[in-house]
Amino acid sequence: MIWKIFLFLLLAFVSVAGIAFPIVEKPSAWYEFPFIPGLEENAKIIFFHVPTAWVTVVAFLMSTIFSFRYLKNKNLDDDLKSYAAAQLGIIFCILATVTGAVWAKFAWGAFWSWDPRQTSIFALLLIYGAWFALRSSIESEEKRATLSSVYSIIAFVTVPFFIFVMPRIMTGLHPGSADDTNAGPVVNFKMNSNMLLIFFLSLIGFTILYLWMWKVGYKSLIYKEKIQKQFLRG
Amino acid sequence: MNSKAYNLFLKDFRSELRTRYAINALAMFIIVAISVILFSIGNEKINENLTAGLFWVVIFFTAMSGLSRAFVSEEERGTTLTLQLIASPTTVFSGKLIFNVILVFAMNAIIALLYGALFEDFIIKNFLLFLATFILGNIGLAVSSTIIAAIIAKAGAKGTLYPVLSFPILLPLILTCVQLTLFSFDGTSFEKSRFELAIIVSYDVIMITVSYLLFDFIWKE
Repeated sequence: MIWKIFLFLLLAFVSVAGIAFPIVEKPSAWYEFPFIPGLEENAKIIFFHVPTAWVTVVAFLMSTIFSFRYLKNKNLDDDLKSYAAAQLGIIFCILATVTGAVWAKFAWGAFWSWDPRQTSIFALLLIYGAWFALRSSIESEEKRATLSSVYSIIAFVTVPFFIFVMPRIMTGLHPGSADDTNAGPVVNFKMNSNMLLIFFLSLIGFTILYLWMWKVGYKSLIYKEKIQKQFLRG
Repeated sequence: MNSKAYNLFLKDFRSELRTRYAINALAMFIIVAISVILFSIGNEKINENLTAGLFWVVIFFTAMSGLSRAFVSEEERGTTLTLQLIASPTTVFSGKLIFNVILVFAMNAIIALLYGALFEDFIIKNFLLFLATFILGNIGLAVSSTIIAAIIAKAGAKGTLYPVLSFPILLPLILTCVQLTLFSFDGTSFEKSRFELAIIVSYDVIMITVSYLLFDFIWKE
């Protein structure tokens, strides 16, 4: 209970701070953010968009780890855990894509421009979609668990390619891309300490939120299964 | 083990020659796909960029139309159990992989020849680079589509899921291959395209390793 209150306070603070704190040329007070050329007020999305993208990747990683554990131990609980993680993963993936696209409309002038990271998140969305399509096509529980575990591991090993291949093939528009001249690597030196602090608080808050939601999702899947079994028994 | 895999390949090869199902379907698919592209282009002149992209688009969809046969045919004929009795999973996968690699090479050679004859901008200046891309890309394509075909054969829905599952896995390979094909059109040297070649080599190695590791789980299901 305590940590739920803590989470609420943390996310409330991050939301208020992220939206309301002003951006000024020379920050002096503790609540003022620095002015980053090329980003200006748009810079504030970093508190909400980056954590959703981060959670997407964490969920994908967790889903793969539980898939791996399922193949090792053949315990159907691991499959449920992997499923719960992927369910949240796709929600956060859509959130990250949409918030990013809306931001891109104002920062770059178009909703979608095949920036390396836009392409990567699109590929991730496709992987999640394919994974759910595969799961829904198989009736038997064990078979579904095995085949989807295998697929999620195969999909996971292609992820490094997106990180290394995309920036090479497409020019990056994202703040922090290698060839970005005006906004530069935002995380490294353009943000001042309070902006960094709120950014990392937001990351931590979103991660805890995700873990909590994952636990609730996993439990609800177990209850669903129990009810179905009772129903079948009559 | 190797001779067994070879025998398995021979079995597939002979039964393919008898029915010629995959060969006919693939050949017709190539013709249909290329003619659709030619009709839609009409008298327009398309640039190199688009030619390289369309080349791999045709390769991808042709692979998706024919390569799932390797495992789906075993499930359809009900011969999976027999195969499980007489050979180890690794052997089965090797046999199917050899068959698919040869099929991919044959079909892509035809596609490349047709492109060379029909598209004005399909002029390769650095032939060795194109050959390297072609060989490495084909191996990667064959490996990934074979392992996905194994998953598809075990899952209920056979036809429609195959491209859906394969696309995200093949995306890094196809994007890199398009880039390298463009390089070979421009006449870029090997030195400058070393990074892209390294990407396909590592993709091939990773995919072969992962497929051999995971095939046991699919096959025993």
